[in-house]
Amino acid sequence: MTTDPGFWLLQTLNALQLSMLLFLLSIGLTVIFGLMHFVNLAHGALYAAGAYVAASVSAVAGFWAGLVLAPLAVAVIGVLLYGGLIRRMRRSGPMAQVLVTFGLIFVALDLTRLIWGDIALASAMPPLLEGRLSVLGIDYPLYRLFVIGLGLVVFAALAFVLGRTQIGAMIRAGVDNDAMAACLGINVERLFFIVFCLGCALAGLAGAVAAPLLSVSPDMGLQILIPTLIVIVIGGLGSLQGAIAGSLVYGFVQTFGAVLAPGLASVLIYGLLAAILVIRPTGLFPAKG
Amino acid sequence: MKRHVLAALGLATAFAVPAHAEDPVRVGLLLPFSGVYAALGNDIEAGFDLGLETFAPDSGFEVIREDTEVKPPVALAKTRKLILQDKVDVIAGVVSSGVLGAVRDAVHGAGVPLIVANAGNDDATGSACSPWITRMSFSNGQVNRPMGQWLHDQGITRVFTLAPDYAGGRQMIGGFVEGFTAAGGEIAGQEFTPFQKTQDFGPYLAKAKASGAQAVYVFYAGSEAISFVKQYDSFGMKAELPLYGSGFLTSPLYVNAEGPAAAGVVTALHYVPTIDTEENRAFVTAFEARTGRLPSEYAVQGYDSARALVEAAATGARGRAGLGEALRQVQFTGPRGQTSIDPATNNIVQPIYVYETVQGDDGMTQKILAELPARPDAANGCEMAPVAN
Repeated sequence: MTTDPGFWLLQTLNALQLSMLLFLLSIGLTVIFGLMHFVNLAHGALYAAGAYVAASVSAVAGFWAGLVLAPLAVAVIGVLLYGGLIRRMRRSGPMAQVLVTFGLIFVALDLTRLIWGDIALASAMPPLLEGRLSVLGIDYPLYRLFVIGLGLVVFAALAFVLGRTQIGAMIRAGVDNDAMAACLGINVERLFFIVFCLGCALAGLAGAVAAPLLSVSPDMGLQILIPTLIVIVIGGLGSLQGAIAGSLVYGFVQTFGAVLAPGLASVLIYGLLAAILVIRPTGLFPAKG
Repeated sequence: MKRHVLAALGLATAFAVPAHAEDPVRVGLLLPFSGVYAALGNDIEAGFDLGLETFAPDSGFEVIREDTEVKPPVALAKTRKLILQDKVDVIAGVVSSGVLGAVRDAVHGAGVPLIVANAGNDDATGSACSPWITRMSFSNGQVNRPMGQWLHDQGITRVFTLAPDYAGGRQMIGGFVEGFTAAGGEIAGQEFTPFQKTQDFGPYLAKAKASGAQAVYVFYAGSEAISFVKQYDSFGMKAELPLYGSGFLTSPLYVNAEGPAAAGVVTALHYVPTIDTEENRAFVTAFEARTGRLPSEYAVQGYDSARALVEAAATGARGRAGLGEALRQVQFTGPRGQTSIDPATNNIVQPIYVYETVQGDDGMTQKILAELPARPDAANGCEMAPVAN
């Protein structure tokens, strides 16, 4: 193995970039789960929808318009989902919820195939982020640095909202004990609705960010679902710290696994998942003490 | 005058009757119309339909379509339905090698000829070959092996290889490595990435860069190919470490999704739409008129499968055994050039084109650099028996 420090810095940046992409995706899922005890397996489908909307919009109006419109469009899908399905399913138990949202994955898959076709699309990078930047002696693609930066900004913003604002305190109270929070006069149901839509918008944002990096294909939502679930199980359900920690663990294990033990790369993360489930069944940073 | 016309008409019908009195050849078209390979299935179907229309304009073929969903058990059930219930004379299609593996024993056991229109698994015309299975597409090794010699001739002696970790990926790279090392080249390193689980190729690209290779040779297809080519370009590696590969990497089916990132990538394939022959120009024009897009290698495989079937039937062969035997003798000059069936393995023998993807006036296009001569695969343990019931 090489001892060139540039090589290892490059791999660290790669790991960070993958982590931040997963963070954007898993934070929405984990907060929805933590607050609503609702398992939304269709989260990956929302991510795919975000990528498709971003690819279509950016072909007409440029990357930045897509980056803004995709989360909005997916939030609208979230509103429809909440009104039509989720609210009814709130009290029906995890098994029914898992089955319904699992079914939604396939509905979404065929809808994207009907609307956008089977051939994978691509979305162009914005000219501003097309080049490479020299970081400590290595050339790294600017767009990947943008993904890392965006992940950190979203993390900081959510940490601020959840930790320092009134609505954050209400969300934390709802996650901790929703019945008690309701008794204190917090409209928990409306809080759920806001959080659900925000979670959807973040999935859309993740899709829009991923579109220029990867290809946009109907099954992309299905492919990202398992990594996202691993992230939130490792990190601990329902917590921001858990989502970022889980994403970093996944990104680094996946990247350095591919470098150091390529034969084991695909198994390594599952091994770690099993180990964490045995040692700390609630994850690294569970929302409830 | 009118009487003459009527007489002529009557005469024509009299001659036409015997031909139409015959039952049409029943063809089962077994393709994925849903699932990850739906785009491929649709392209093959369009090519197949165009082939039937072009070479058998008065029909004589009845096509029954079944969707494999790219699931081996589903495909096997559909194959049994085609054989037992629809009583087809011949089956064409099959995109995934997994599906081919699942239906192989069913068609072999029932004695139904199968024209493979994609699935490139080397074993299907190697150790698991069958007199009933004729392949009109390609074999994984066939597409890549000649590229080894060609790349070495360009003065490249150290190469790093990358491919997804499944049988197809390993056979594609295996074929290349065989040709490249036989020519005197050296493999600087090899990686197989988790199939359909790799979103970020960054870690592997950095390894390729650090390996001291002069070039990178890869096989990826579909959405993985798009991600790979774009990420390779975004790291700015094309200038110092040129990218070569199996032609599926920059297939015309999705090269425009890769866009300028694919410019300068040199790959080898059995068909590109820019082949400058009369047969190909006619095919491209007809296909474009029909679908509004350029034909891909998948489309030509469907087209040639239909043509092979028509030519086999034109010899007068009927029934499963008759058509099976006739399919093995088929040879013609089509869009891909001179093609024939290797009697030792039932695999197609065809030239391989080395092409560079370049920016054209209307999206990306293919510039042919070399046409490598057609060579049959080694038998690889295939012992071909004659078609018999």
